[in-house]
Amino acid sequence: MNALIDILASAGLWAAVLRIATPLILGTLGALLSERSGVLNLGIEGIMTFGAMIGWLAVYNGADLWTGLLIAALGGAVFGFLHSVLTVTLGLSQHVSGLGVTLFASSFAYYVFRLMVPVTGTPPTIEPFKPIDILGLSSLPFLGPAFFTQTAPTYVAIVLAVVLAYLISRTPIGLAIRMTGENPHAAEAQGINPMAIRYGAVIAGSALMGVGGAFLTLSAFNSFFPTMVQGRGWICIALVVFASWRPERALFGALLFAFFDAFQLRLQTVLSGVVPYQIFLMIPYLLSIAALAAMARRARVPQALMQPYRRGER
Amino acid sequence: MTGPVLELDRISKQFGDNLANHDISLNLAKGEIVALLGENGAGKTTLMSILFGHYMPDSGKVTVMGRELPPGKPRAAIRAGVGMVHQHFSLAPNLTVLENVMTGTESLWLPASNAAAGRKKLLEISERFGLKVDPDARLGDLSVGEQQRVEILKALYNDARILVLDEPTAVLTRIEADKLFSTLKDMARQGLSLIFISHKLDEVMATADRIVVLRGGKLVAERKREETSKAELAELMVGRAVKRPVRDASTPGEVVLEAIGVTVRTGGVDRLKSVDFRLRAGEVLGIIGVSGNGQATLAQLLSGTAQRSAGSLVLFGEETADLTVADAVTSGIGRIPEDRNREGVIGEMTIWENAILERLSRFSRLGLVDRKAGVAFAARIIQAFDVRGGSPTSRVRLLSGGNMQKLILGRNLIEPPRILLAAQPARGLDEGAVAAVHQRILEARRAGTAILLISEDLDEVMALADRIQAIVGGRLSPSLDAEDADARSLGLMMAGEWEEREVVDAV
Repeated sequence: MNALIDILASAGLWAAVLRIATPLILGTLGALLSERSGVLNLGIEGIMTFGAMIGWLAVYNGADLWTGLLIAALGGAVFGFLHSVLTVTLGLSQHVSGLGVTLFASSFAYYVFRLMVPVTGTPPTIEPFKPIDILGLSSLPFLGPAFFTQTAPTYVAIVLAVVLAYLISRTPIGLAIRMTGENPHAAEAQGINPMAIRYGAVIAGSALMGVGGAFLTLSAFNSFFPTMVQGRGWICIALVVFASWRPERALFGALLFAFFDAFQLRLQTVLSGVVPYQIFLMIPYLLSIAALAAMARRARVPQALMQPYRRGER
Repeated sequence: MTGPVLELDRISKQFGDNLANHDISLNLAKGEIVALLGENGAGKTTLMSILFGHYMPDSGKVTVMGRELPPGKPRAAIRAGVGMVHQHFSLAPNLTVLENVMTGTESLWLPASNAAAGRKKLLEISERFGLKVDPDARLGDLSVGEQQRVEILKALYNDARILVLDEPTAVLTRIEADKLFSTLKDMARQGLSLIFISHKLDEVMATADRIVVLRGGKLVAERKREETSKAELAELMVGRAVKRPVRDASTPGEVVLEAIGVTVRTGGVDRLKSVDFRLRAGEVLGIIGVSGNGQATLAQLLSGTAQRSAGSLVLFGEETADLTVADAVTSGIGRIPEDRNREGVIGEMTIWENAILERLSRFSRLGLVDRKAGVAFAARIIQAFDVRGGSPTSRVRLLSGGNMQKLILGRNLIEPPRILLAAQPARGLDEGAVAAVHQRILEARRAGTAILLISEDLDEVMALADRIQAIVGGRLSPSLDAEDADARSLGLMMAGEWEEREVVDAV
């Protein structure tokens, strides 16, 4: 029992929560934006992998870290465009197209990586983002090391969640996105072009996913390996449902999942030898399934999610 | 009077081989209500979709307030002051009323939506035209009538001066429809111009100043209301004189179905409360009532999808245990469901598949579906029941409502059933199709089928039924012979007045 309290009281736990949550926040926001317009983007897993690779590669070749993030966003956007062409213009199955994008993007990422980077015993590294100190807050007792020793992208992700929440609920474009996800025919009847809205939301969402992936290589670690996204994309898809398609809840959901994950890591060391560590690895997933089951029943799914829109057809 | 606010000039539109609109010209004056009358498929909706920019015309032009509209641009039509109220509402159930109304009304790139101003404007309009709504209510929580109000408000919010309503009463109850038409007249008095699409003669005669009749994609007549009659319009619309058939006298046979004190409880509510009725061979029993009073449950009870919680059901002289759907099929209960699209047919499947679904065992050989026999069976139905617009292998989705209903009728009646349950069989159909459906029901009656007709349409019930019972709040009135019924006595029955009368009689 005391061990548990010790874990909760350690600043390191809370710092890890924020760090683990960052790619989840970005990925979930991206998936959420896309789904609000009515397009499920299962390409997320591959897009995050590609973002992780291309962002890292840019920095490895001399770009600065922020340019690396930007290039990861552009890389994500390209796959978002591909997914849009398949699902919005051609009206194909969003599931199949999304899985196709994931398979293609992850393999393509590895292919490019192998072409560009020679095989060596130890993977090449870059110099990642450093923690920044906002107004000296990091020197606060406990709170400082717990919450204010993050790198810049983490803070950007949190700010983005707030911005996206505002965008969706308070601006005309947000209303147009929501209307398109609920009833594209109604949007069209009000003079909005649902195709353009969907393209925009999917591409912007995919850019966010790309940045989420790049956080792994440019901040959390300093090198790229092909399996590093490790199902984070799928977690993001589940978090969107958990969040009832609301950005502020997505932020909370990502933090909650990250907490489970950080907590189980520390629990492993306390209870090592007593319980096989694989059990702990399962904990975050089990808890997220439980949370999903509890939350998702009340969720209001965008009514036109996964329905292709064709003009003049009902 | 100034020039017309709207002019449609020689509009033509072709879909494949189908000439949907042929050289149609039409104008509309300020403060005028024009009805666009025609059967399903006459080209009414196509014409209005061209006006609103959903479709591009092949030729012809649309002029609003003296300015020509660019074709195929809904946004331009909205800006020019044209508002469209669609038959299937263009609304999002998960958004609020205000959000539904405001979508697309502001520049998309504004950093913030001015919801306060929007709310003020919406409330002003709703005050001015007597269309009351709660701006913050979630749309999906509203009744159909209220949702239509939102749809109208949406058009007015866009400063519409010309309002087009596509079959506005198709989904409304009678009371809601009456209310809607008094609102429309009020709008016309305030200077708006209105076009409404309809195939119902009553509402056209009650509301329109001028009536334009379309048939087969052509404008066949234009009449001022004072100068025409329902009979003339009906003939113009169908192209020949249509008379709904009326039953002839007959002697009913034995009782085939009797309900004694039947109660049905679903979701913790008694939907049917101790109802009694008897159904005899060769007889039509009409159940009238405002929808939502237990009709759906009554239909479910007889089709085997709802079970009684008290009382007994005697089928062909035998007390039945729970009646399942399979029992209903094997004991020869034909069913015409109220919602043909949801419960009557599977749109994505072919006509022959739909025709044999409930008789699968008859149409299988060695565990495989006997496709040839199924197609032949469907062809027989198509021929005997005059189903137009499809072959046995085409998809049901492509049929018009009337032809879909003929298919369902054919499936049930091609081998006369012992009992036919007909729930709102003519709802949403045009005059020609209604006559055809009624004809078939009367033929079944002659052949000795016992028919339970559930309907909101008093004319229909008076024309077809031998006896009439009213359903109010899950209770059934005692039956009244059709000979003794008139609009007034039926109205009283539907208002639930029979119970008091019984008491008075007893005294």
